[in-house]
Amino acid sequence: MIRVTNLRVSYGTSRGGREVLHGIDLHVPRGQLVGLLGPNGSGKTTLIKALAGLLPAASGRIEIAGADIAKLSHRERALRLSCVMQHVEAPAGFSVRELVLMGRFAHTGMLAGYGPADHAAAEAALKDARALDLAERQAAELSGGEIQRVLLARALAQGRELLLLDEAVSALDMARRVEAYDLLATLNKGGSTVLSALHDLNLAALYCPRLVFLKAGRIALDGPTAEIFTETNLKDLYETDIRVAAHPVTGAPQAHLVPGASAAALG
Amino acid sequence: MTGKARDSRAPGRILRANTLWPQSLWIGIICAASLASAVIACGLGSFPSPPAETLRALVHALGQAIGLHMGQPVDPALSVVVVDIRLARVALAWLTGASLATAGCVFQGVLRNPLADAFTLGVSGGAAFGASVAIIFGLAGGAAISGLGGSTGILPLFALAGALLALAAVLALGRAGSGSMGNMRRETLVLAGIVVSTFLSALISLLKSLDEESVASIVFWIMGSFQGRGFEHVRLALPYMAVGLGLVLWRARELDLLALGEGQARLLGLDAGRSRLWLLIGASLLSGAAVAVSGVIGFVGLVVPHLLRMVIGAGHRTLLPASAGLGGLLLLWSDVLARSILPGGAELPVGVVTALIGGPFFCLLLGRNSQGGA
Repeated sequence: MIRVTNLRVSYGTSRGGREVLHGIDLHVPRGQLVGLLGPNGSGKTTLIKALAGLLPAASGRIEIAGADIAKLSHRERALRLSCVMQHVEAPAGFSVRELVLMGRFAHTGMLAGYGPADHAAAEAALKDARALDLAERQAAELSGGEIQRVLLARALAQGRELLLLDEAVSALDMARRVEAYDLLATLNKGGSTVLSALHDLNLAALYCPRLVFLKAGRIALDGPTAEIFTETNLKDLYETDIRVAAHPVTGAPQAHLVPGASAAALG
Repeated sequence: MTGKARDSRAPGRILRANTLWPQSLWIGIICAASLASAVIACGLGSFPSPPAETLRALVHALGQAIGLHMGQPVDPALSVVVVDIRLARVALAWLTGASLATAGCVFQGVLRNPLADAFTLGVSGGAAFGASVAIIFGLAGGAAISGLGGSTGILPLFALAGALLALAAVLALGRAGSGSMGNMRRETLVLAGIVVSTFLSALISLLKSLDEESVASIVFWIMGSFQGRGFEHVRLALPYMAVGLGLVLWRARELDLLALGEGQARLLGLDAGRSRLWLLIGASLLSGAAVAVSGVIGFVGLVVPHLLRMVIGAGHRTLLPASAGLGGLLLLWSDVLARSILPGGAELPVGVVTALIGGPFFCLLLGRNSQGGA
């Protein structure tokens, strides 16, 4: 579904641009649910943006469903993948329903407006994202957690084949996070491919069978969660003391911080 | 997950009908008010006629125009006043108001800046400069003062060319300031607009000081007026306005996406740079054509979209047609005031009327907005 070959991405257009991703190779087959982890500034958001076509590749190649995304039009790309980014503000004057309906833009012709199929897709997306109760509210008046649910709904209205998420649940409380990831897991069972960048190690370990760790613009670790989610690996990655214990219900590995560890690491 | 109460909410079709219905209702009301206003306004003036009489004259003229005999024949003198003089003027005022308000709405949407309109972008300045050149070099003739027939040919074309050139200059400046069309920042674009406007108004002052005799006509033209305008002006501006309006209405949904910001718009499948360029060209056609036949008329493009956004929301599929209708309505009545408020048949420039109404009204809107935001 996603095939990335030797991807390099720089910020800044001139030669003096700062390279953020230094040669990423990544293959995500159809139907996987992958968690993208890594410390701040490791390049998670940059990778998601490059996959979504928001940042051009300095070199290398990104294929989505067999097509080179550099050669796809905006519309063709939007039909192949939907994306939820972090820090999104809703503009004033639009209802939640109108905002979600905009997810259908790529599905409509230039002359036709949003048809019954688009309204139905928006409705189903609102329902699945547990945002139906917000439908008639003004989008600009929503709380951070509510707007995240609405953006997820918009992504679902756009398409469920491939979902890219960048910190899509960071503004949600614990119960809402579980709700959102239960939804992602359900979608994944239904055939969606999901690549989700997040900070919450334990949420990733609970839901994602495969994890990809970025560090300083390179892939540091990539593999099944049970194999790579270890104390040694996490200590190396985050440069602090981390203990791993089994989840009391599912047995998934869960990371626990140790107070005072940063001072110990420095000393 | 657990079956929550919200699953039992009313189906979306009903909710959607409830939200769309008042929006189409607003457009219907504005259309009906425009038609009624046109009939009333055609009867007002130094040779007044009651609405019923006016309507009869209008229907008769419409019948003649499409080759049917409709209604009874009317007094030819009344017909001349109502149809040839007032209807032309009323139609031109409505079209100009509609164009200015629609263009303002598009500029605000594209720039994501509520204070943007033809002025902020330098489009009006460009049109005014083009017209000034025509007046100074005698291309418009003395007729430019009264706005009579002679000015129809050259002056509006110069104004239109000026508007499009100013937009091109602003876009080029904006592009130079931010690397590429695709990620042109809205601040850069507004700054470029201010630079170009200031430069053009300095050039206009220069032209005025070079040729003292033309000062009066330039000043009068810049103030904006419908005095002495006829159907030839309508015919001249209508094609540009129709193309511009068609262009922006066709891309109304893209304006909604652009309101989300460039990144979001692109994620949803919009080629933001190209969309923005076409919308700006459409809006420039609208405002260039409007300035060309009526001079510079302020505040319509600023106040109307603002007011409507508060009432019917920011969805451009309804906001654009509603802005056109209300803008037309506002300028139609402003022109009636402009030609009837002074005693003895003298006229105010309609730009003065819109500024006098629009200025305080806009302050009121700003006050309400900041209270609402607090």
